[in-house]
Amino acid sequence: MIRLFVPRDSFALALDADAVAARITAEARERKLDIVVVRNGSRGLAFLEPLVEVDTPMGRMAYGPVTVADVASLFEAKFHEGGKHPLAHGRTDAIPFLKNQQRLTFARCGLTDPLSLADYQAHGGFAGLAAALKKSPADIVAEVTASGLRGRGGAGFPTGIKWQTVLNAAEPEKYICCNADEGDSGTFADRMLMEGDPFLLIEGMTIAGLAAGAREGFLYIRSEYPQAIATMVRACELAQAAGFLGQSIQGTNHSFSLHVRTGAGAYICGEETAMLESLEGKRGMVRAKPPIPALEGLFGKPTIINNVLSFAAVPDILARGGAAYQALGLGRSRGTLPFQLAGNVKQGGLVELAFGPSLRSLINDFGGGTASGRPIRAVQVGGPLGAYLPEAALDTPLDYEAFAGASAMLGHGGVVVFDDTVDMGLQARFAMEFCAVESCGKCTPCRIGAQRGVEVIDRLRASENPAANLALLKDLCQTMTDASLCAMGGLTPMPVLSALSHFPEDFQPAAKAAE
Amino acid sequence: MSQTPASPAVETATAIAQAHGNRPDALLEMLHEIQHRLGFIPEAVIPALAQALNRSRAEVFGVVSFYHDFRRQPAGRHVVRVCRAEACQARGGRETEAALQQHLRLKTGETAPDGSVTLEAVYCLGLCAIGPAVMVDGKLHARAEGKRLATLLTEVAS
Ligand SMILES: Cc1cc2nc3c(=O)[nH]c(=O)nc-3n(C[C@H](O)[C@H](O)[C@H](O)COP(=O)(O)O)c2cc1C
Ligand code: SF4
Ligand code: FES
Repeated sequence: MIRLFVPRDSFALALDADAVAARITAEARERKLDIVVVRNGSRGLAFLEPLVEVDTPMGRMAYGPVTVADVASLFEAKFHEGGKHPLAHGRTDAIPFLKNQQRLTFARCGLTDPLSLADYQAHGGFAGLAAALKKSPADIVAEVTASGLRGRGGAGFPTGIKWQTVLNAAEPEKYICCNADEGDSGTFADRMLMEGDPFLLIEGMTIAGLAAGAREGFLYIRSEYPQAIATMVRACELAQAAGFLGQSIQGTNHSFSLHVRTGAGAYICGEETAMLESLEGKRGMVRAKPPIPALEGLFGKPTIINNVLSFAAVPDILARGGAAYQALGLGRSRGTLPFQLAGNVKQGGLVELAFGPSLRSLINDFGGGTASGRPIRAVQVGGPLGAYLPEAALDTPLDYEAFAGASAMLGHGGVVVFDDTVDMGLQARFAMEFCAVESCGKCTPCRIGAQRGVEVIDRLRASENPAANLALLKDLCQTMTDASLCAMGGLTPMPVLSALSHFPEDFQPAAKAAE
Repeated sequence: MSQTPASPAVETATAIAQAHGNRPDALLEMLHEIQHRLGFIPEAVIPALAQALNRSRAEVFGVVSFYHDFRRQPAGRHVVRVCRAEACQARGGRETEAALQQHLRLKTGETAPDGSVTLEAVYCLGLCAIGPAVMVDGKLHARAEGKRLATLLTEVAS
């Protein structure tokens, strides 16, 4: 029997992977070939999706991007035995894009059937949970602290410190909440992980439950990710049936149950306190801090809130020890970050690397430059609230502090490349427009300021009173930065001002045209 | 909306709330299910949910109106959601949105007068490496430009 792999990840599904899988099955039947099609996660080579793999004695061989029309010729070329074909890329793990990565969190993603517990365990799954079950809560937290792991959702707060705070809280009732709102444009790592290796997230959240003494967890997934929601719901059922969730986990006296909740199209619900409100069935209005969620979180109880990738890093840390994770990285940024190469890039996808290489190396060595073949003009890192960097800043090392030093942020690791056709005035306008659409409305600088920002940029771009409107825009940005309750209003000036300072010529197109 | 047949909608909503144990924190889940069944959130279900969850009508209405996902009017028979976010912009997303607007003769956010189709904005579908991204009736489409977009447009029109 020959094993073929056709991903069930959204990247592949959005490029007709279901039809490709169906065609392969039908074609094999006609040719009387004994094959089985496994629907795996994505290996992260988005530019090659749907990436079909074949298990051969030489290893797994890759073919992509495969369309329905290619299937017959693939069989003619005996791809099911690893045969040569124009779409062949040789061994998957030898493709430079994949080979040159340092995969920890995504080590298993794409190798396995995401909903097979047997596959998960055969590839090292639940080793972290087994280690955690032998430790005291304090020792679990100590391991996470030793790893140097910092929150992968954007702010980079040390995970161990957060867990310690919740562990120390005296309340008997505590919660674990996973933030899978992943609203940032240019990011898809959370989605890929939930669709491709859901048990890893369940394992990470369960370990957090053991560490904090919480018996209930909530996973908040944005509604724009139906495939991730369906996969996580099914994975929870399977884990529960096999005794990895629910009462008496693996025969111990620990219990942990997990509920999947669906967002409803509000970017602000990625902000942790707005997410808590939403999980309580309310409008996603940001809460003032203090109290911090670690002490008064969900339903007013001590709560660990982490991003998908933070929880997903934990099983490896428990299985191999915090020191092994800590050994990777640069400065105070330890371990690996799954970067996401997006926008106008030739080879987009997921690139997990230890912190430290330059942004240029990520975009050129992995991404292969722009998709259009034109020069890079700007790169936005860290989502819609992240700065636009010019070509000259591409040598900045990928590390939280180095980015802060360049008045930018790494955030959730999304890297969006723009070529020289981009109009940076329009991008700045969009940043304000997005803030106006997505503001929770609690504070004026954000709610009204963003609307004013759109209008001022429009006037600037029409060359109306440039000096006065420029001063007004800067003033407005200052007010938003200083007087917003959360980073939505507080950081929207980041893309606006970085565009303005690096690309001032784009803010007066009328004047430029007149030259 | 007096033409809405109130009682079947209310019955549906009450049954859904009950299936969730009338837990107030499950309100978003209930609204998603109601919308899935009825196509939108009819005005009449708001007081019914308020009563079932022991919340004020204003609170329930506030939730329905806060979230972009919840509709207070039925959508078209087909729903086209086009990604307007940055990574898709960098790959021609603005042109894809314009092509959809022109083809459907709609602005983003509008429903065709004959109720055939709704065109909506979405801010990221997690396909940012292979944009422009579009979702049609819940199905994802990447690289929605050129020939792939043309094929998609003919499907949407039919
Ligand atoms: C406007 C806004 C949106 C955010 N969106 C997300 C998100 O989608 N996912 C996420 O994990 N964190 C998001 N965050 C950060 C969270 O508030 C929080 O810091 C994070 O979930 C904590 O988990 P971590 O320590 O593991 O990063 C957002 C913050 C702001 C201000
Ligand atoms: S800054 Fe904006 S999103 Fe944040 S609390 Fe204020 S109004 Fe809400
Ligand atoms: S920005 Fe369009 S899919 Fe992410």
